[in-house]
Amino acid sequence: MQRKFKFFVNGERVEVDGDGDMPLLWALRDKLGITGPKYGCGSGICRACTCHLDGEEVQTCQVPLSECRNKRVTTIEGLADGDQLHPVQQAWIDADVGQCGFCQPGQIMTAVALLERTSEPSDADIAAIENMCRCGTYVRIREAIKAAAAGDVGTPDDPPDNDKPDKPGKPDNPGKSQDRGKGGKPDVGEPEESVEEPSEPDDSVIGGIGSSVG
Amino acid sequence: MARPKPVAQDRGRGLGRRKFLTFLVAAPTLTVAAKWGLDGFAPATAVPSLPSLADVGDLGDALIIGIKPTSHLMVLEITEDNRMRFELPRVEVGQGITTSMAMIVAEELDARLGDVDIQLSDSRPELQFNQFTAASTGVRVLWEPVRQMAADARARLVAAAAKRWDVPAGQLTTRDSHVWAPDGRSLSYGSLSADAREESAAGAEPKESSEFKVIGKPTTRLDAYNIVTGKALYTMDLPIEGALPTVVARPPTIKGTVASVDDQEAKAMPGVVAVTRIPSGIAVSAETFYDALRARDALKITWHAGPNDNLSDSDIRSQLKGTVEPLAAPKVRDSYLDVTFDFAFVNHAPMEVENAIAHVRDGKADVWMPSQAPIYAQQTIAEAVGLPEEAVRVHVNRAGGSFGRKLFLDAGLEAARVSRVIGRPVKLMWTRQDDMKHGRMRPRSHHTIRASYTAGEVMSFEHRMAGVVVDFTHGLGEALTSNTDDPNEFPSAIYFNMSQANPYNLGLAQQSMKDLILKIPTGSWRSVYSGVMRTAEEVVMDELAERMGEDAITFRKRMVKANSGKAVLAKAAEAANWGRGMPSGHAQGVGYHSEYRSHVACIVELDASDHPHVTKAVLVADVGQVVNPRGLEAQMLGSTMDGIATALRAGVHIDNGAVRESSYGDFLWTKHHDAKFEFEFHSISTTWEPGGAGELAVPAVCAAVANAYARATGTRPRSFPISF
Repeated sequence: MQRKFKFFVNGERVEVDGDGDMPLLWALRDKLGITGPKYGCGSGICRACTCHLDGEEVQTCQVPLSECRNKRVTTIEGLADGDQLHPVQQAWIDADVGQCGFCQPGQIMTAVALLERTSEPSDADIAAIENMCRCGTYVRIREAIKAAAAGDVGTPDDPPDNDKPDKPGKPDNPGKSQDRGKGGKPDVGEPEESVEEPSEPDDSVIGGIGSSVG
Repeated sequence: MARPKPVAQDRGRGLGRRKFLTFLVAAPTLTVAAKWGLDGFAPATAVPSLPSLADVGDLGDALIIGIKPTSHLMVLEITEDNRMRFELPRVEVGQGITTSMAMIVAEELDARLGDVDIQLSDSRPELQFNQFTAASTGVRVLWEPVRQMAADARARLVAAAAKRWDVPAGQLTTRDSHVWAPDGRSLSYGSLSADAREESAAGAEPKESSEFKVIGKPTTRLDAYNIVTGKALYTMDLPIEGALPTVVARPPTIKGTVASVDDQEAKAMPGVVAVTRIPSGIAVSAETFYDALRARDALKITWHAGPNDNLSDSDIRSQLKGTVEPLAAPKVRDSYLDVTFDFAFVNHAPMEVENAIAHVRDGKADVWMPSQAPIYAQQTIAEAVGLPEEAVRVHVNRAGGSFGRKLFLDAGLEAARVSRVIGRPVKLMWTRQDDMKHGRMRPRSHHTIRASYTAGEVMSFEHRMAGVVVDFTHGLGEALTSNTDDPNEFPSAIYFNMSQANPYNLGLAQQSMKDLILKIPTGSWRSVYSGVMRTAEEVVMDELAERMGEDAITFRKRMVKANSGKAVLAKAAEAANWGRGMPSGHAQGVGYHSEYRSHVACIVELDASDHPHVTKAVLVADVGQVVNPRGLEAQMLGSTMDGIATALRAGVHIDNGAVRESSYGDFLWTKHHDAKFEFEFHSISTTWEPGGAGELAVPAVCAAVANAYARATGTRPRSFPISF
């Protein structure tokens, strides 16, 4: 049954027409064009689709749209504060974690959630992370999480070429994000400006396929 | 700088510098192409063939020679906005080839690394052998031609600046993507590019290793920022207008076929656009993958059995035992070992499932896919959709892992077939279950080894392998067989002979491989035959050492042919504190491997007391000149996880023609809890030309884990994975 679902993605209010059983992953990717969360298994095992729902880590392939109403979804695209990378993202660059990179959006979202729960995660906490990485970057992920927890991010000593991004216009030193505090809760998942909660019932049955943006 | 003299197995490393000339491509700015040889600019000969095996050591050497006639077709452009754009005829699968190539270009151009753009080249059949991403040959094969291209471009830019300033070229210097005059004036490369077309590169030489400023410096991946921000786009992320999400209903057993289908209900479901019958199953195209998956599950299909429905692992093992060549070496009284090994099927299981986007229309086709062999993909798709080869373009996109999987074009072919029928662009994705149940695998293999020894010496070492045939029909196999006299020779046999060489002096050493032909999807899997062959041999090396009362590393160092082999083993022993006391149930284990003109030794520490797991891994490699030490370490780390996974738990069962496993829940690849170990990597610095590195360490680590397991438990592993 087609319904209209209103929620927030990376601070933007969105409406998706779909049925309530549609996994959030496909709503993000196929309806909203947000492709950071990846399909890896479709059954919540590999966790390449991990995002945050109201600040909590979720596997979006397992979350139906019906559970997203009025909630705040944060994907990897919404983690940085503009050009200012989240400390965990910077730690990932510092440790040169990624290989193929496919699982890393999910790994990063999981790590951010872990650091919000536990400011100084132990080796055992990190070993309990379920996200798969087929390239086998786990050791560097552990290194990156520990650096982020310690607030030890950014590589000011490196020559500028070394971390030169392939994104034009990126600031020279995106790692200066220590002021976010040591493993502290970053400002993620909040709408950029105050947005009124949708007040009308948002389970109105509509016909046809398509989505509209509120 | 004088290069070291090759010894024993080091022969072939540091081949004399090959001479590349370059010439200019007609373009408004400086666009340099590499040209090998002194024979002018004649086009490549019509029938490509790789050099015969008698002339070369391994596939990398064959490709180094084989790409010479077409090297001039590679393109390096200096744009007016001062970007150095290189079209790389390889695919980035995570191995870091784009970063390594950018470093090489930056080095020889004296350009800022951030000014270099590496673009993956579309399929270009005229490149012939120079568009395979395989066999750890990327840096090794492109090293000379790309350096020469960039060095020539730099020489032309300097000549152009000399003319503009009327200053002798010899007084000018280059750095930071600019030419500099003695008085401090500078001109950007971009501003000189148009003039540089008219200049000569005569005498330009790539730098000596002592002059390197970028090569050899630990460098973070150039795509690291895009990876951590979700901006790295994989094929399913590409915004191809109107591309319809498509999935395929597949048979319950391998290579089963459709008997009949009732698609009435599926077609009526929301979002469904088309249901298409293709050779591999029934494709459903819809507005979203959610719609497509639901409709796929609503199809009512009856299936014909597949060709393997009476086959299970035990049958395949029996057939392999019947296939393997009998051991022939004489047994020396009681001083011999006869052992057998079995290795299970292993799925490649890259995180990114098989996928491709295809748009077939108006007598042409565009296909976007991660491909290690895009020329072959182009040719195969053209044939499948009835178009001339030149009407098909394969746009190579970064892969979410490969490990050999993207040599094939399974999804690309399906997407093109569906698109041709429905006339719309199609975005086709396999599910994880599809990939596990119908994807390709490292084949099951069976090995027998007989080693005879006497008085501290090994007299003979005979290794016979039988394996389910590795599918080499991805273009590279055809290239391998193009120069053989025997039309019946399998590329698998050629590849085996090309890649397998026992690295030790073990008296009469013999090895052979027999194919068991089964209709099971297989493919080259990171390290191909070495993953099984060398693991088995390294386990036997430990047993021989023990029989002969010698330490496992001392024995290897005494037996190994290459000085580089001795060096990596010695360094590993020192770094890992080899022989240190270990608690009960724990042990160290060692493995060594040499291939691709490179060497690696691995020592692991294993806790086998409960749920065997590695607690420490030390790797030492000599891969010749290292381009990016940080990338090299990443490859060693990834190979370590592959070695651990295939040694301990990762394998695939076949039950009555079907793969038992269905996802990462039962295909037990390594996870974070398998990586609690301390990892240490050392690179022995040499100035040999770069050897291969991407697959090198897999057999050494797998063997080290197996040998540690044997020491910790007293049980020598004979069947892999150990827990299966």
